[in-house]
Amino acid sequence: MPTAPDAAPAAAAAVEVHGLVKRYGGRAVVDHLDLTARAGAVTAVLGPNGAGKTTTIECCEGLRTPDDGTVRVLGLDPVADARTLRPRVGVMLQDGGLPNGARAGEVLRHVAAMYAAPRDVGELTERLGIDSFARTSVRRLSGGQRQRLALACAVVGRGQVVFLDEPSAGMDPQSRRAVWELIRELRADGVAVVLTTHLMDEAADLADHVHVVDHGQVIAAGTVSELLADGSPGTTTATCVRVEARPGLDVARLTAALEADTPPGHTPPGHPAPGHPPAEQARTPARETSGTPSEGRRWTVAEPEPGTYLAEGPVDPGSLATVATWLADAGSLARSVTTGGRTLEDVFLDLTGRHLR
Amino acid sequence: MSDDARTAGPARPPHPGGPAADGPAPVAGTAAAPPLRRIATQAAFETRTLLRNGEQLLVSLILPVLVLIGMATAPFLGIDTGGTSRIDFATPGVLALAVVSSAFTSQSIATAFDRRHGVLRLLATTPLGRGGLLAGKALAVLAVLAVQAVVLSVVAGVLGWTPDPAGLLPGAVALLLGTACFTALAMLLAGTVRPEGVLAVANLVWILLVLGGGLVVPPDRLGPLGPVAALLPSGALGEALRSALLDGALPPGPMLVLAAWTVVAGLAAGRWFRWH
Repeated sequence: MPTAPDAAPAAAAAVEVHGLVKRYGGRAVVDHLDLTARAGAVTAVLGPNGAGKTTTIECCEGLRTPDDGTVRVLGLDPVADARTLRPRVGVMLQDGGLPNGARAGEVLRHVAAMYAAPRDVGELTERLGIDSFARTSVRRLSGGQRQRLALACAVVGRGQVVFLDEPSAGMDPQSRRAVWELIRELRADGVAVVLTTHLMDEAADLADHVHVVDHGQVIAAGTVSELLADGSPGTTTATCVRVEARPGLDVARLTAALEADTPPGHTPPGHPAPGHPPAEQARTPARETSGTPSEGRRWTVAEPEPGTYLAEGPVDPGSLATVATWLADAGSLARSVTTGGRTLEDVFLDLTGRHLR
Repeated sequence: MSDDARTAGPARPPHPGGPAADGPAPVAGTAAAPPLRRIATQAAFETRTLLRNGEQLLVSLILPVLVLIGMATAPFLGIDTGGTSRIDFATPGVLALAVVSSAFTSQSIATAFDRRHGVLRLLATTPLGRGGLLAGKALAVLAVLAVQAVVLSVVAGVLGWTPDPAGLLPGAVALLLGTACFTALAMLLAGTVRPEGVLAVANLVWILLVLGGGLVVPPDRLGPLGPVAALLPSGALGEALRSALLDGALPPGPMLVLAAWTVVAGLAAGRWFRWH
């Protein structure tokens, strides 16, 4: 093993996907995708619907055979070494995969019986609140109840790798908390958790690593704070003022006012360096932007959606006064004015575009 | 996996050394249950599900019993039994019908909806695997068949059925081959057609085979349909069971037809069954 130069990182990864290609009817749904997931970490695959998330996960689960590229789970091929991997990998499918005619508790006990040393079913049903509907047939469960049952089935076998395809879709807030708690516990026990989601807060709160996927490719990857391009530990520093007000206000005027109020030499934390335009502006040509960072400019003001304004720059208490003046001059009463860092949702929408598809 | 791969995880290092049976944490390193236990578990699960489902029970048990009672007692059915009692004549055909009900109609519908709902895919990712899933299904069909055979034999016995004792073993062989054949056909249908289509086709085929497939009415009483029905798996199974239970011998022709259908359907199902 030490002789091969690539062996060390390969061994460290619980899931390793290289150049994965999967086509349906000639169309590449997954197009040279790379992904790595470590043991003891939560890896989120984030992307809009149809981005190729589920297909990627299904290739890792051995349910689909890649057209090209390599997939390794615990160093093994999910298709060729399926028999070895099955006891070591837990799976929660997006469409559940729960037999309709059986009762919830019966399904969980059934899946548990496939393993030599499964988790305690009673403890798991209690943890996830399944005991309240254990005697109800799967057909009659609500969406959130099905999700909890499917999650229980995915973890009951104590897999070293757990794939969760949209684990908290359709769940009420209480269920989500219970699910997140369980996922954090899996991570603490050294399990490699790979989940797909299009919930930004889920990825932001839960994931150690995020892969943003679109059109079958990873278009950004890193820790959440890396993706937020924050640079500083934590995301408490305000780098952005978000205003919701009447659409069509003059963003150029606000830019100029903010620039005028900002003392020279003030460098915004983690803001893109001058002369290095952020990637999102190339990707979203429709976005109305004023004050692209260039020599001497520190503020970017945009109206990404009608009535929502984002002013990014060296936010200080005076910035809010400037924004308030700008609103007053325009005769517009804001519905909300908030300060904060860029959210993962901002990054995501910048990367994948704001239009519906 | 090397040990340094684990240093990233806090808490205790999980290790694929052996199953940690107790302790609340999902410590990694688990093993599968023994294969036979997995298959038996799956078979029991499927059998319970099938026997609990009202529609499945109707087609597998209640309708065959009604056909048996009707053929044995209804005065308006002018069946030429060729000298044997009506119940002796009807029972082998109704057993064949029971095979079509449970192995084909019931199983294809259940499998098609399981496929739609992802049940097949989910179970395929557990240690059960695809092979174990199919083995479990086959055993479940046999378990349901055993229930059918017992119920139908008891009802037929009450109505005066006296099978040729020498024909019981050949009859069981024909039942098993017929079950294999119709299960393979069920998988072919369930694995290639969407569930709504399977629902329609499986029920329609059941009715058509009852009326003109040579199941309960022998092919040679079907007029111009006869030669076709004799080459269908239904006609072959009906004839094989009638020969066995009435004359005490397995007829080579129908058994050959049945075997040929089993091989072709099995290969086709293996080739075209889609898990997604």
